[in-house]
Amino acid sequence: MSERFETHPSDVLVIGAGGAGLRAAIEASAKGARTALVCKSLLGKAHTVMAEGGIAAALAHVDAQDSWQTHFRDTMRGGGMLNHWRMAQLHAQEAPDRVRELEQWGAVFDRTRDGRILQRPFGGHTYRRLAHVGDRTGLEMIRTLQDKGVHQGIDVYMECTVTHLLRDGDRVVGAFGYWRESGRFVVFPAKAVVLATGGIGKAWSVTSNSWEYTADGHALAYRAGAELIDMEFVQFHPTGMVWPPGVRGILVTEAVRAEGGILRNSKGERFMWRYLPEEKRPDFSKDEAQAKEWLADHIAGRSPDFKKRPPELSTRDNVARAIYTENREGRGSPHGGVFLDVSYLPAEHVVKKLPSMYHQFKDLADVDITKEPMEVGPTCHYAMGGVRVDPDSGKSTVPGLFAAGEVSGGMHGANRLGGNSLSDLLVFGRRAGLGAAEAAGKAPAPKIDADATAAAERELLAFFANTGEDPYAIHHDLQEAMQALVGIFRTQEDLEKSVGKLEELRARASRARVTGSRLYNPGWHLAFDLRNMIDAAEMVARAALERQESRGAHSRLDFPKADPAFGKVNISIRRRDGGMEVVRTALPAMPEEMRKLFEEKK
Amino acid sequence: MSATEAVFRVFRGGREGGEMREYRVPVSPGMVVLDAVHWIQAHGAPDLAVRWNCKAAKCGSCSAEVNGKPRLMCKSRLDSLPLDRPVVVRPMKTFPVIKDLVTDVSWNFEAAKRIPPFTPRPGVEWKYDQADADRVQEFRKCIECFLCQNVCHVLREHDKKGAFVGPAMLVRAAGYELHPLDGLTRTGFLREQGGIGLCNITKCCTEVCPESIRITDNAIIPLKERVVDDFYDPLRWLWRKVTGKG
Repeated sequence: MSERFETHPSDVLVIGAGGAGLRAAIEASAKGARTALVCKSLLGKAHTVMAEGGIAAALAHVDAQDSWQTHFRDTMRGGGMLNHWRMAQLHAQEAPDRVRELEQWGAVFDRTRDGRILQRPFGGHTYRRLAHVGDRTGLEMIRTLQDKGVHQGIDVYMECTVTHLLRDGDRVVGAFGYWRESGRFVVFPAKAVVLATGGIGKAWSVTSNSWEYTADGHALAYRAGAELIDMEFVQFHPTGMVWPPGVRGILVTEAVRAEGGILRNSKGERFMWRYLPEEKRPDFSKDEAQAKEWLADHIAGRSPDFKKRPPELSTRDNVARAIYTENREGRGSPHGGVFLDVSYLPAEHVVKKLPSMYHQFKDLADVDITKEPMEVGPTCHYAMGGVRVDPDSGKSTVPGLFAAGEVSGGMHGANRLGGNSLSDLLVFGRRAGLGAAEAAGKAPAPKIDADATAAAERELLAFFANTGEDPYAIHHDLQEAMQALVGIFRTQEDLEKSVGKLEELRARASRARVTGSRLYNPGWHLAFDLRNMIDAAEMVARAALERQESRGAHSRLDFPKADPAFGKVNISIRRRDGGMEVVRTALPAMPEEMRKLFEEKK
Repeated sequence: MSATEAVFRVFRGGREGGEMREYRVPVSPGMVVLDAVHWIQAHGAPDLAVRWNCKAAKCGSCSAEVNGKPRLMCKSRLDSLPLDRPVVVRPMKTFPVIKDLVTDVSWNFEAAKRIPPFTPRPGVEWKYDQADADRVQEFRKCIECFLCQNVCHVLREHDKKGAFVGPAMLVRAAGYELHPLDGLTRTGFLREQGGIGLCNITKCCTEVCPESIRITDNAIIPLKERVVDDFYDPLRWLWRKVTGKG
């Protein structure tokens, strides 16, 4: 054991305290594992609080026809059939229990008239499926899990950043990091480690993601030798704020469209009908009258005909491309977005169902959404790709290492449906917690390699002796490069350019200069985070180059159609001999009884 | 908005004290104080310490005192401040400074742990009306920015952190206590460890709440009433214990 550093041993170490990390920690601790939870921010501030619209679960409270099978089918179709079928199955089957459990732990969801959990419609979901609390569902979820975890006796280490996974041979046996407050180093020996670090969105300039989303888990797993999949699929949420400049990218929940929000271009056209894929047209309203009928039924609490859904409820990849295209063709709003309008609805409905959107626009943009339309445009939101995991246990390809939530890959395929993230966090957070607790029970006592911790320390302190640029300038350039070259629409030329650019940025980042002391020094923190973001950005660019087709969130202008051959493979990434290896791996085969679910409902 | 540049006076220092340092920041439309702090970080003060996460008033991380007024920096628009004089940004006063704008708020997390958690009545049916949900949902909007703790004079002037859990924790307790399916009575906790009697309803907490929770009227006063009922009206205590109704 490394006595030079403050040391906190545990059976299960969970890195990240958003929905997945908290749920994993609760489960591991309930199984009797001594559980440590490390997070970069204060407890309860994780990015999950920004989730707004709801948790997708086929509870069938408002549309009795709903079932896990339909949820499964919606999820797979939304993901371009690239999802790991077993993850999509477990997710659809277990989400209702996870929601009910959350309620029993104290979450207060909006209610149906008969007093049960209310559900709202969302893009890509056939039926009204999202359990929600107005438009602050994520806050409710994180607060509930936080309470549950704290009272269950989990050791929480707040404002602590993990920078290295420690290994004994191939096996992950703990982590090394620093306290943000003091800058002192700390070692967490553990029999099993769960990554629940969230996403990578801070590598783009227009993003809904908070400062924490610096791809830490993606990079930690990569450096530990784990396999990552589907990194080319980055979700641009269609509706982020676009004006004023300081709020550009901040999320405007999909619930706005679910509660009747209409998208229009500068000519006043309701353009989404034009962008519905041919095969999905039968699932949507044909005209204004049908869409109106659907909305009236929804608002009145009647069960609306799902074949009359408004076209705004198409999947996110599709709506984001539509908004981008409207702008490219000169029909955008003054600040480069389009108009999203709920002002024609009763003001009470808007304020009741979308309270935080109401305040967000009023306080930050001087827009009263009950009286005038919002201006919105795409914003980098979610990484579908991540650590390849065993669906049942969350096990990665590296012994001792587990992953859950956004940092894992496979569940959402090429495009995630709104509402499927919060349910993913609960279903697979729990499973990873179980898996890790079980593995910890069989694992030997962790052996910490003093050379590894010393090397980690040297690497982090080296920044103080550097003479290069300020890390903020490098971060800015990284964000601009990714936004310009690896955005919604991609080409071989841009992607190749981005790979070169990232090499350059990596060299600059290694020379980044840090001034000041080790006490709460954001410049120092960013200097290291840059490495993680650049690693993940390179994975995205290389995977995007490899996938020569368009599918889900990955749109290649030079390969505009889906290619059935690519529909059978994941792009896998792993570190080999110090370099990034990119290969195609066969998609796990779906068993006959699951495949049948698609044939019956053609 | 007319100003193209604003002067910021920001506290720089730590536990041992510090100084107000001046920075000139270009102003853009819709800019908030947190944008200015980020600009300062990226232009010459990379080690300026500040907490923030969502930048949309949903996480409650960026609490500070702007021109002496406790508020979220992400919601403090520059066009609502007089820019003909410096904008003064200081850390919250009630909590010990760690560095610059970051304070040690860990006491709040310790206080939260002591509140008896939501405990459903055994065998309860999981059904209740939206009207009952509404009442509790108001408290559950709390983003734990601790601005109410920061202005509460019991904590700010009298530093009674040992005897009083503060308005934020009373809001939390109210969220459990008024949950329609909760089966626990917290009046003993509220009276003793909670120190609810120390609150003399000056409503400073309500005024600063960025979520507009009516902390005093809707959380603290009903809880005070429950404490009074339980400790001075045993019949009502018994009635509620048996029926679970408030």
